[in-house]
Amino acid sequence: MLIKIVEHIDLNEAYAYLQSPEAGAVNLFVGTVRNHSKGKDVVRLDFEAYDAMAIRQMEHIANEAFDKWPLVKLAIVHAVGAKDPGTPVVVIGVSSAHRDASFEACRFLIDELKKTVPIWKKEFYEDNSVWVNAHP
Amino acid sequence: MKVLLFGITREITGQSRINVPEHAGINTVKALKGWLGQQYPALRSLSSLAVAVDSEYAQDEDTLTPEQEIALIPPVSGG
Repeated sequence: MLIKIVEHIDLNEAYAYLQSPEAGAVNLFVGTVRNHSKGKDVVRLDFEAYDAMAIRQMEHIANEAFDKWPLVKLAIVHAVGAKDPGTPVVVIGVSSAHRDASFEACRFLIDELKKTVPIWKKEFYEDNSVWVNAHP
Repeated sequence: MKVLLFGITREITGQSRINVPEHAGINTVKALKGWLGQQYPALRSLSSLAVAVDSEYAQDEDTLTPEQEIALIPPVSGG
């Protein structure tokens, strides 16, 4: 498994890691910074992680994915720090013999990451900023 | 006992680490949440507030000891 927290996402590194002669499918999901949120222009996002726990929780969801689907390789890489619109902030990658498993596992991993992995983002607008999801 | 803080909880408290005094007598997750909510009432307005012990999510009834790595986990928003 390739699981880590980085300053900058390297898509080629993730893809190179996932390649395997056993795989007939490589699925990559790339989450990027959107320049708008709830009708406001977003100028920047700041990401912060509790590194040790984030890695542990990413390992848990990776192990769940390996239990659920016949996967060859799996990568989860998340960025931290200040990110401009358009910048990749997370890459989830899975390789498998057939495409169904890698599509489904990729979807599962990003959905679970958003629920359990201790990483936080703060959205900066022209006039203020908020920690996403913090308040009801 | 030390508690690590991240994101909005770090901003609310103005600290990245809080020392819970021994005389507070905190020994469960539930007691810790209650004590922190009294010290920093703004924590109570968050959508959720979890406690992690040694990098795993803990339950309210779980026991806390000073040698564990304890952290406050506000609503996550990665991805």
